[in-house]
Amino acid sequence: MTLVALKPSSPNQTLDPQAETGAGAEAENESEDTPIMEPSSHHPRISVRDVNVYYAGKQALKSVDLDIPPNQVTALIGPSGCGKSTFLRCLNRMNDVIEGCQVTGQIELDGEDIYAKGMDVVSLRARVGIVFQKPNPFPKSIYDNVSYGPRIHRMARNRDEMDEIVMTSLERAGLLQEVRDRLNAPGTSLSGGQQQRLCIARAIAVAPEVILMDEPCSALDPIATAKVEELIDELRHNYTIVMVTHSMQQAARVSQTTAFFHLGDLVEKGDTERIFTNPTDDRTEAYITGRIG
Amino acid sequence: MESDHIVQSYDEELARLNNMIAEMGGLTEQQLAGAIDTLMRRDKEQAEKIISRDKKVDDYEAEIDAMTIRMLALRQPMAEDLRIVIATLKIASNLERVGDYAKNIAKRAQTLSASPIIGDATYSLARMGNIVQGMIKNVLDAYLQRDIHMAVDVRDRDEDVDRLHTSLFRELLTYMMEDPRNITPCTHLLFIAKNVERIGDHVTGIAEQIYFMVQGEMLDDERPKGDQTSFTVVEPGPAKND
Repeated sequence: MTLVALKPSSPNQTLDPQAETGAGAEAENESEDTPIMEPSSHHPRISVRDVNVYYAGKQALKSVDLDIPPNQVTALIGPSGCGKSTFLRCLNRMNDVIEGCQVTGQIELDGEDIYAKGMDVVSLRARVGIVFQKPNPFPKSIYDNVSYGPRIHRMARNRDEMDEIVMTSLERAGLLQEVRDRLNAPGTSLSGGQQQRLCIARAIAVAPEVILMDEPCSALDPIATAKVEELIDELRHNYTIVMVTHSMQQAARVSQTTAFFHLGDLVEKGDTERIFTNPTDDRTEAYITGRIG
Repeated sequence: MESDHIVQSYDEELARLNNMIAEMGGLTEQQLAGAIDTLMRRDKEQAEKIISRDKKVDDYEAEIDAMTIRMLALRQPMAEDLRIVIATLKIASNLERVGDYAKNIAKRAQTLSASPIIGDATYSLARMGNIVQGMIKNVLDAYLQRDIHMAVDVRDRDEDVDRLHTSLFRELLTYMMEDPRNITPCTHLLFIAKNVERIGDHVTGIAEQIYFMVQGEMLDDERPKGDQTSFTVVEPGPAKND
């Protein structure tokens, strides 16, 4: 799982740290202006209206409307190929880099159209971080993994401030206790679950508002999964989280809002508790009870 | 949900739950009918059979408990499946209580077989028992057919049971005032009436579970209630001068 902020011209997902942290972006003001830890409000953090996505003319998402509430975990569920990952990738314009991919409609982050001309995609991806299925730390030390983004974005004026950011990020990611004594050890020396949490720490370090997670636990064992789920539950107090998961139990455990996708349609959205006890749409019922796959 | 699960054995387990409730319900209905019949016929032997057969009702409950717990752990049911499993667990518990009351009626019928007959009280009891027995039958049909209208109808019929209970309560108090020798049999009859009335309440509970299972929401609490026994006072007439 890795924080990715792709350069708009990148042909595919890259692990180049320069690209990931948006090197070269105008980031002078990041430390001052990046909003973090805003109190919950009734306004959605992200508002999606009539979004359609086409891959080489083939429609993958059909007129999706969805509000992502702040400081909550929103789970996106549905069978393979239903459009949930496509939807997730619209939220920080990751689909821009896929050739032949066309996105129409409107997506607003805090009331700002993220597909508007002049939107700085690199800083957008700092505000809307993404973490992936497989843990993917840089081949660097634990410390450098976390400090890389803040350094590129010039978020620290001196070593002390950088130490503070690194320690706070590791603490928030629930990893500090386990790595305090070996911050100079390579990130790749950690276990799978610890690597995931390192990637989450790295995502947090650039102070995003929203963290997108694409099946964050599918490569982890049950104990590591439980730790990451516990972490997600804590993180939602400070961030807004949107998570794609194939595990309905996981969606039920960690999310407050669930959206069910099927064949490119957003079939049903609502409180997680209601979706899993009394869904209104027959397709939702059939999917979550194991009648359609 | 009409269509089948991808995992066929899941469907088989849900069908098995259905069957077990049908069997357990049928047995409790039979127990109640037998207990009332025992009371009418003052048949000690039949009472004995009913008392010993209650173990079978308990065994059904234990089996359904084990099955639902297993399904919760292994299948992690969702949505309607989850409601079916939870409702079934509660319905089995209600039916077990019905079985206990029937057993208690049989025990008291044994005791009463050695007492004098008290007016028409046993006929009134039989009438109450018949209504409740019909409610059990219909509530089981409502469960198997997922029929909420039938379930609501069963719930509403409990008012008749409550009314009969209230009138029987007055009647028995009057008999006790008339002659202190009536107190023992009348007290047993009062308990039997209370047992039948409680069975009606459990059947009502089952009807409400069925509604929740099918609709996903609780039935409102606004139902007709006719039990006035808690407020009933029968004043004694003027004392007899011996």
